[in-house]
Amino acid sequence: MNKRLPFGLAMVLLFVPCLLLVAFTHYPALRALLNSFWNNASSRRPSKFVGVENYQTLLEDDRLAQIMLNSTLYALGTIPLAIGLAIGMALLVNARLPGTSLMRLSFFMPTMLPMIAVANIWLFFYAPGIGLASQILGVFGLPPINFLGSTETSLVSMMFVAVWKEAGLFMIFYLAALQAVPENLKDAARLEGASATRIFFNIVLPLLRPTTIFVAVNALINAFRLVDHVIVMTRGGPNNSSALLLYYIYEVTFSQRDFAYGATLTVLMVCLLGVLAAVQFWVLNRKAHYQ
Amino acid sequence: MKTSTRFLTSCCAAAVMGVHATSLSAADLEFYFPVGVNAPAVDTIQALTDTWAALNPQHTVEAVYAGNYEETTTKALTAANAGQPPQVAVLLSIDLFTLIEEDVVVPISDIAHTPEDQEWIDGFYDGFMKDAEFEGKTYAIPFQRSTPVYYYNKDAFRAAGLDPEAPPTTWDEMIEMGKALTVKDSNGNVSQWGTRIPTLGLGGAWLFGGLVVSKGDVLTTQTGVEARIDTPATIASLEFLLELSEQGVMAPGGISWGDTPKAFLEGQTASMWTSTGNLSFVEENATFDWGVGFLPGGDGPGAPIGGGNFYIFSDTTDEEREAALDFIKFMTSPENAAIWSIATGYVAPRADAWETPEMKAYSERLPQALVALDQLQYAEREFATFQRAKVTQHLVDAIESVVTGNAEPAEALRAAQEGADAVLGEYK
Repeated sequence: MNKRLPFGLAMVLLFVPCLLLVAFTHYPALRALLNSFWNNASSRRPSKFVGVENYQTLLEDDRLAQIMLNSTLYALGTIPLAIGLAIGMALLVNARLPGTSLMRLSFFMPTMLPMIAVANIWLFFYAPGIGLASQILGVFGLPPINFLGSTETSLVSMMFVAVWKEAGLFMIFYLAALQAVPENLKDAARLEGASATRIFFNIVLPLLRPTTIFVAVNALINAFRLVDHVIVMTRGGPNNSSALLLYYIYEVTFSQRDFAYGATLTVLMVCLLGVLAAVQFWVLNRKAHYQ
Repeated sequence: MKTSTRFLTSCCAAAVMGVHATSLSAADLEFYFPVGVNAPAVDTIQALTDTWAALNPQHTVEAVYAGNYEETTTKALTAANAGQPPQVAVLLSIDLFTLIEEDVVVPISDIAHTPEDQEWIDGFYDGFMKDAEFEGKTYAIPFQRSTPVYYYNKDAFRAAGLDPEAPPTTWDEMIEMGKALTVKDSNGNVSQWGTRIPTLGLGGAWLFGGLVVSKGDVLTTQTGVEARIDTPATIASLEFLLELSEQGVMAPGGISWGDTPKAFLEGQTASMWTSTGNLSFVEENATFDWGVGFLPGGDGPGAPIGGGNFYIFSDTTDEEREAALDFIKFMTSPENAAIWSIATGYVAPRADAWETPEMKAYSERLPQALVALDQLQYAEREFATFQRAKVTQHLVDAIESVVTGNAEPAEALRAAQEGADAVLGEYK
């Protein structure tokens, strides 16, 4: 039964996935690194090696400074909120209340929609004067808010959409984890006279930690990876107040066609994500309780 | 295999038809086009393309809808860099310098060199040819060209006690009339603004160009290396935009391009500045009496010209170039330009198109369409330079930072000028 794979076949089986990995992950990453040391060549400007010049531009780029601040605020705002909301929703649908399946469906619905569709729906909600948000404000006699047209509210409006879209997905993971929490532990706690809150914080939450690590890493990746709504709703404006790092990379590379600087920004983003993921795993892993 | 079948078919077709027996050998064209308006543009383009293909059975043509303007340019450039460009494409007129820098397009005047061809090129309105030329050569042929106009709700004008046949013509009148047109509800919130000029993004920068022209200046010149962002005209223009909201005539903060036609149709604003490309959309959906006027100006009328032109790509054979030229001539012929203009609201780019019976009937039914044509003589090219996206971003940032209350006009424009000069420095 446990026959060894012939060496040749093993090589063939290894070759295909390795080829895909190299072609779509390692080669582009390496290429981006190499490109970041060259200038942006065109028919009117010859290609030349510029060393760290692109990295110096990076340090002096005022727009980038603003965008890094935006991205940080965006990550800090969306990740805890999405996780908190997901746990809350998971507890709610796990509580065997009437109408649970309808609730599950409605919580999960935003996740199933493509981000482009979500962004277009919210574009209508946010439209000052005519949108849903303005009409609700109008019922209470409040003036409409120009959500996407002012620098104070545009980034928060983007964060709201992201949380709305993502919390449903994370809820599914928490729901699975909640259902795996052994009943006997909770029963034992109840026998000892622990309150429901105590049970949640001292038994359920620690057991959810592996899920939280997984969800947090995913949320972090998504905070940098998902920019479709920015493209559809504001294109980073007004005055760069809702621009995120990946959107900036897209704009520099494909709209401004500055491939060299785009590559430099990509290197920055890859390094940043690598460091963040490493820190996250290290910190959370030390405290995680795997069954 | 496919090519040989096509070749056979076209040989047969040529032999059968006789008419084409002398025409050039077969070419397979790929044609990229964008859609930038609320109109059934894809169907119209497809129908026109099919007609050309039926008339020229020796050639084939595949019309590829490639998204909005920006996406179409990105796709065409990516395809060209990969050695597989479309033979012909409709791209933004302001992408001229980018296409030249990337060395992917061939001047149309190099292909169309007979006296008849020259006559054909001369038949387009000068206003539309200004941004199709570079270093003495014609690089593009106008197709889906538009210019913004002042749309206004005549019913709202009547309700405010204003003459519905006399829209404002100057900035001062716009503020004065705008005050009369602004309506507040019982809570003191504005339910109808006096006007709406989009200020965000590229749409905002496009309209800003019109303000500057009306103050007797231009944002860019035909050299492609000059950006005139910090001038008395631009400062006055930006101050005017601020004044509109300070005087309570226009909603404060940034105003988006996309929501504007909807806000007008819903009665949220009594007037708006937007492209003629929205004419048919407004005509279909307006539930009130509406009119169109010149953009009110600072010192006189002034408007930007925008939209897309036909380009022929350079990595093509002589046969393909000839076929592409013939295709462009067909698409811009008086009858077809009229069909296209009526379906979308784009300004037909040739005088002879306006002479066709269809076009005459159309302008009688919708006299608003003529306003854009009359305004053309006061219109100037849209902001375009080498490294356009990068340079325009400085202008966009300046406008957005001022209308959102984060900077003063003079200071923001000075910073934008420095940024633009830094980018353009290496081209001078």
